[in-house]
Amino acid sequence: MTENPGNAPVRQPESGAGDLVATAEADDALPQRTDPRTFVVQALQVVPRSILPLVAVAIAMRNEGVFGPLMIFGIVVVILAINMLFTFLRWWRQTYRVGESDIRLETGVLSRAARSVPYDRIQDVSLEQGFIPRLFGLTEVKFETGAGGSDEIKLAYLSNEEGARLRELVREMRDELDTPTTLSTTHAAEEAIASREEEAAPVLFSMGPKRLFVFGLFEFSLALVAFLGAAAQQFDFLLPFDIWDVKTWQGLLAGPGEQIAHLGLLGQIIGAVAAVVSLLVVGMLSGIVRTFLRDWDFRLERTSKGFRRRRGMFTRTDVVMPVHRVQAVQIATGVVRHRFGWKSLKLVSLAQDSGDSSHVVAPFARSEELTPILKVSGFPLPPRGLEWHRTAASFRVVSALFAVVGYAALAVGAAILALHLQDQRYSWLWVAALVLAGLSAFAAIRQLFLWRLERHALSPGHIYKRTGWLAPGYKIGDRVKLQSVSISRGPLGRLFGYVTLHLGLAGGYFAMAGLPRAEAEQLREALLASMVRTDFSRLVK
Amino acid sequence: MDEQGQQPGMGKGINPRLDGLGDADGQPLRQGHPNYPKAMRVQALLVATPILIGALIAEYLTPFPNFVIAGPIALILAGLVIFLPHRRYAARGYALSEDRLRVVRGIMFHTDTVVPFGRVQHIDVDRGPIERYYGLATLQLYTAGSHGDVVTLSGLSHEDALAMRETIRAHIKRESL
Repeated sequence: MTENPGNAPVRQPESGAGDLVATAEADDALPQRTDPRTFVVQALQVVPRSILPLVAVAIAMRNEGVFGPLMIFGIVVVILAINMLFTFLRWWRQTYRVGESDIRLETGVLSRAARSVPYDRIQDVSLEQGFIPRLFGLTEVKFETGAGGSDEIKLAYLSNEEGARLRELVREMRDELDTPTTLSTTHAAEEAIASREEEAAPVLFSMGPKRLFVFGLFEFSLALVAFLGAAAQQFDFLLPFDIWDVKTWQGLLAGPGEQIAHLGLLGQIIGAVAAVVSLLVVGMLSGIVRTFLRDWDFRLERTSKGFRRRRGMFTRTDVVMPVHRVQAVQIATGVVRHRFGWKSLKLVSLAQDSGDSSHVVAPFARSEELTPILKVSGFPLPPRGLEWHRTAASFRVVSALFAVVGYAALAVGAAILALHLQDQRYSWLWVAALVLAGLSAFAAIRQLFLWRLERHALSPGHIYKRTGWLAPGYKIGDRVKLQSVSISRGPLGRLFGYVTLHLGLAGGYFAMAGLPRAEAEQLREALLASMVRTDFSRLVK
Repeated sequence: MDEQGQQPGMGKGINPRLDGLGDADGQPLRQGHPNYPKAMRVQALLVATPILIGALIAEYLTPFPNFVIAGPIALILAGLVIFLPHRRYAARGYALSEDRLRVVRGIMFHTDTVVPFGRVQHIDVDRGPIERYYGLATLQLYTAGSHGDVVTLSGLSHEDALAMRETIRAHIKRESL
């Protein structure tokens, strides 16, 4: 450590802009570009995006005779050339530098933007590999600052090794800033990384193809059907016939269709069943495909820095979630999968990144598989002997009344309309009225069950909330890692004596509705007492 | 409590209407500066005037008898401008204790928020033109939480707001060392 002074230069990676690295001396590192192959990847990514306009051009030009293909070719070349030029300029004008206290990024072809992110504000670094970058061994590096969304710094693309190196570097730099006593040199850090990478991290949770298949069955989705329908509408000019014309279909079905029509009611029922079954099959298939693409080779490991999750078939993501940044956890399930004992576990982290399900650490697991993950995350399952409290009965009564009266009014409205119209064609209104009446009764029963089931409890270290009836879940918060506590009530709450307790949670939402006021105030006092003991600066380390 | 010796916000009237609202620290809630309802009234007036003008134009353009549209609207707006500011003022209060700030507000939709100083990320003291005229300021505490990430306390005198900011800053500095 002694041969390297405090302001040790950050060692530059050999790959990439090598000539720049050679001149790097003391002080901050020199600005460098992303991997040159970025240009190729981005140019390739432009191609799929150019296909639609090209198709449009081709269709517009289809009657141009001999010159048509030539002109199309010319336009293709021009469009691609312009794209290439801009891609190249963007790559050329984007530089980043790894400084002593921050990472700086400069971008922009004409107008330049410079952004600096201090190491101690970087919550985490995540790596993402799209399909094409993966072929080239490139990765996208994202620095999560907690700002969320577009404000985050992205470096696209760096080589895999450099991405991993940068991630470790940022972590080491951050820790260095956190512990001012020793300025560990980058070399020492890198050796430590190398040794750490070699030792295999214990796998907390993983999903094989069989599990993924079962998971996919539950991820039933009709999005594909909707997409095909929309696409058919969008591109129907390419089809040889008008698919929205009933007569065409009648003509097409004239052979076998006629026979089915002659079968009468039985035939129609068989047809309907076949349609439903095919929809189910398509829905399940698309669910399975989607699940396989997203969660292929899902593995969650416990590394020295926290949870490390890798998943994805073509786009492989690699995210590390430091344990001390986990603010709360959420155990959820679905109505159907709950019957089969499947649950999911999601972490609420200080670094909010965009997109949902991004912090799912176990999307489809048994209870006993969740227990070790929960233990590592510091959010244990509720211990025995906790004092569980229900929501205020008045809150449930008011909620039930609102739902019941709302649905009942709609049902009565539908019935009155049906009576008024007195027409065979509108007899479906009776069905609607019946369904609405059923919903009305269901809402009342639901509130009754929710009153029995929704509870909350306070343990010495955590706050627990049990939610839901048909798909029960848990939300677990740390009593210390809350930001603020707020009690709110509307006019109805004022009338019937219940309030909502909102807990300020970094990166998430934690509220308990329908508590009796006195109890909410007690809860708040207890939570505040544990919050004020620790300062925020100690929470994030 | 700190080097200034006196807690900022002292000497303001203790709010009797809010006092019964379950104050677990035993800390009585304080009301904002007496100028605060005046500032709120000016603000309400600024909002009400264009609405009233709109109503008068609608009155002029439609064939209804006189003041069918503008009359009720004018009455409602007058109520909002004349009576509401005092009620809102009376429903608002705050309590600054050793390690936390409590902010209470709202007539129909009532909220009661507590932020420990140890969770404050940064502090703003804002002054709009109306607030400046009345010598008022708004204190804003930012936390990292997604819900209630900004806790706003309006209607403080400017000196009080600055003093409170110093108190909270001193607390954060002491705690984070």
